[in-house]
Amino acid sequence: MANETDFLLALESVTVSFDGFKAVNDLNLYIDKGELRVIIGPNGAGKTTVLDLICGRTKLSSGSIKFKNEEISTLKEQQIVRRGIGRKFQTPSIYEDLTVFENLELSFPRGREVFGALFWNRANEIVERVREIAEMIYLADHLDRSAETLSHGQKQWLEIGMLLIQDPELLMLDEPVAGMSVSERAKTAALLNTIIKNRSVVVIEHDMKFVESIAHRVTVLHQGKVLAEGDMEKIHADSRVKEVYLGH
Amino acid sequence: MLFGYSFGDLGSILVMQGFAGLILFSVFVLMALGLAIIFGQMGVINMAHGEFMILGAYMTFLCSNLFQTYLPGLFGLYFFVAMAIAFVVAGALGLATEWLLIRHLYARPLDTLLATWGLSLIMQQAFRSIFGAREVGVELPSWMMGSLTFGSIDVQINGLFVMGLTLIITGVVALLMFRSRWGLQVRAVVTNRTMSGAVGIDTRRIDRLTFGLGCGIAGVAGSAFTMIGSTSPSAGQLYIVDTFLVVVFGGAQSLLGTIASAFTISQSQSTLEFFTSGSNAKVTTLLIVIGLLMLRPQGLFVLKVRK
Amino acid sequence: MSNSIFGKRSYDMIAFVLLAALILVVLPLTLDAFRLNLVGKYLTYSFVALGLVLCWGYTGILSLGQGVFFGLGGYCMAMFLKLEASSVANTKIQSTPGIPDFMDWNQITALPTYWIPFQSLTFTLVAVILVPCFMAFVLSYAMFKRRVGGVYFAIITQALSAVMTILIIGQQGYTGGVNGITDLRTLNGWDIRPDSSKIILYFVCCALLLGCILLGRFVLTSKLGRILVAIRDKEDRVRFSGYDVANFKVFIFCLASIFAAIGGAMFTLQVGFMSPSFVGIVPSIEMVIFCAVGGRHSLVGAVAGALLINYGKTLFSESFPELWLFAMGGLFIAVVLAFPRGLAGLLTDQVMPWVTRLRIRKSGGSPSVSPSPAE
Repeated sequence: MANETDFLLALESVTVSFDGFKAVNDLNLYIDKGELRVIIGPNGAGKTTVLDLICGRTKLSSGSIKFKNEEISTLKEQQIVRRGIGRKFQTPSIYEDLTVFENLELSFPRGREVFGALFWNRANEIVERVREIAEMIYLADHLDRSAETLSHGQKQWLEIGMLLIQDPELLMLDEPVAGMSVSERAKTAALLNTIIKNRSVVVIEHDMKFVESIAHRVTVLHQGKVLAEGDMEKIHADSRVKEVYLGH
Repeated sequence: MLFGYSFGDLGSILVMQGFAGLILFSVFVLMALGLAIIFGQMGVINMAHGEFMILGAYMTFLCSNLFQTYLPGLFGLYFFVAMAIAFVVAGALGLATEWLLIRHLYARPLDTLLATWGLSLIMQQAFRSIFGAREVGVELPSWMMGSLTFGSIDVQINGLFVMGLTLIITGVVALLMFRSRWGLQVRAVVTNRTMSGAVGIDTRRIDRLTFGLGCGIAGVAGSAFTMIGSTSPSAGQLYIVDTFLVVVFGGAQSLLGTIASAFTISQSQSTLEFFTSGSNAKVTTLLIVIGLLMLRPQGLFVLKVRK
Repeated sequence: MSNSIFGKRSYDMIAFVLLAALILVVLPLTLDAFRLNLVGKYLTYSFVALGLVLCWGYTGILSLGQGVFFGLGGYCMAMFLKLEASSVANTKIQSTPGIPDFMDWNQITALPTYWIPFQSLTFTLVAVILVPCFMAFVLSYAMFKRRVGGVYFAIITQALSAVMTILIIGQQGYTGGVNGITDLRTLNGWDIRPDSSKIILYFVCCALLLGCILLGRFVLTSKLGRILVAIRDKEDRVRFSGYDVANFKVFIFCLASIFAAIGGAMFTLQVGFMSPSFVGIVPSIEMVIFCAVGGRHSLVGAVAGALLINYGKTLFSESFPELWLFAMGGLFIAVVLAFPRGLAGLLTDQVMPWVTRLRIRKSGGSPSVSPSPAE
């Protein structure tokens, strides 16, 4: 590799255009091992598109995305997941027709091939792991419930749990507290603070209070480009950021 | 020399087959237009589309008989009246279908497929009960019979007429699509259904109108079809697969795509037909289209948007 | 929803036992050989319906081309039987003895190469499974890897069944054309035509069908079955759980095609011929309606649907042939609009809860239906 990096994730001169409109324009973004990064920016700044690009949902027009020094922009979604990147979607994305237990079991990173799944053996180790995760996401008493009957907040937690059980090195969360009540928000912040310990996390969030409660480093996107980057104080002091975003 | 023909012969063959292909092209375009606007806007495949066409054909048949009996003096003009009636009847039935059936199934496109197939069975049997199982043909007005000669090739007038009609109907649809308020709303709904609802477009009404219009165009297609072929209760089934493929191959949301794919499929089929048997030509064409769709599933023309 | 699919194991088992009792005991005891053979024919369609439960009901892949696989299985079997029936001794009046009669009528003077291996029963039995499976694999692999699904897949499989019919009819020298392959007599010397043979074949068909139901149940109750449901509901999300969705869809589509092919082969054996009228668009979509009426989420339900509709069809077309298409069309619409989960769904969602309530009221006790265990 020509330009090796120490970063866990490195996006370099990434551009993506939809019919000429550049949703992301010559973007550079680096995430360290163990880092918690919050991405903020006004609507249409390209935040969700950046996550889509990293997890392979959208293909980039030019540039490179390296995860642990391996180019991942040409890989398929499931291959990227298997490399150790997990993604939570903006609206809760869970399997409504399955129970909470089954949702978590399906996300357990084993038996992912056809015949592995066909001859899947629900070993004790897996049951225990599912219970452990369910405990963390406040759903230990709901394992047998059909996921569609969960409340909105519980669905969000379940999706976070489905990511946790994959044990990803990089976790990406798209607005994890959107639509949550105040008490659910507090619980989610506590949850996030425990799960970020052993991994890198990228969070997209609008809620500035929530951002301040978790943020280490913040990246501000505007019109598909990085407008500013740094800790919370530096961002607060940046006049351009005020202009496009915080000032509203 | 190629396949034992001289190049001069081959030239004439290509022109003749090209003309036959143009008639097939017209039929495809007429059938596919209605289906394409419905599929493009609602993502719904109307399996009864062929039967709506046959409905139009039977309306024309009725009209021709009525004129022959009661208005023999105006017989030369009956076809234009028949076309209007075909449009209105098929369109009205389309509106009713949308209201009774389709609107309950928007979230389940595969089930719409099955429900409209059920409708097609009922319509087929209804035709059989009313008009009998035998094929019927309409009497052509005298001005439509015979052929014109251009150099070394003969061209049937009814074929030319169908082509002209196709041109006009396509033009009207294109005008409606790109110049009318309805067309603007349709294009808005296709691009972003939720947003269109939010800016005050009555998406349900647009759906109903589109479905009705699509079925109405099918009726007109059936009416035109009587000029070059006979009508039977199950004739709609004959062309339906080709029509689906034309629409899918053309790319779901593109009028131009539909026309281009109808042209490609009809021309290759009629050219192949000369060199091999009719069934082989059809098999080959269909297989090529299926193969191409596997390589390029989104069809010939498609927009790239963020999902 | 999940409970009704996975949790009601007891209903599933009861239904399976009832079906087995019906087709293995009740029907053979009450019907004459002719009617029993008719039921056997209906049962061959239910193999197709079983496959549709797997790929349509659970995975959301609607195939309108299952007749192709039914036909391929049936034609493979028919080719073997036809070659055995066309021995030199049987066909000495032909201008080329030893080849099937329809080839002789079409001035073909030698057995085509691809017919030759079908002189072996072992090869034929393998081909019955592998030929349709291979075709299903090529088609579904190409489409699912490119993420073509839904309506597109339905239309393309339908086009395929149209192509297949035209091909068979057009190549009548090699396929028997529109009449199909007829006048089949013996299987390795064993005459399949007398009633006694038909009864044996009926039981073979039943055994295979019950085997396929159990196999289907095994698949659906494994983790793979839950992945299929997940794919049906949120295909995108399944990729982000690290699964290669296309592989799963290909697998289930191939399995469905194998089921259909077994049905086709049993059809040829029991009915004694195979023709393009079981391959095309209409039979393919009819098989979907068997599945829909019986219940697209229930294996036993799909079998029941195939039996009921065909029974109805025989009844109607004997007395009111005109009404049959109206009834069939109305059924399509009614099932889709009002009972998308079919008869089996009606039973588990409406009737059983009602029975349970009735029982509770009578005994005054607590409900006996316990929530499903998480296993």
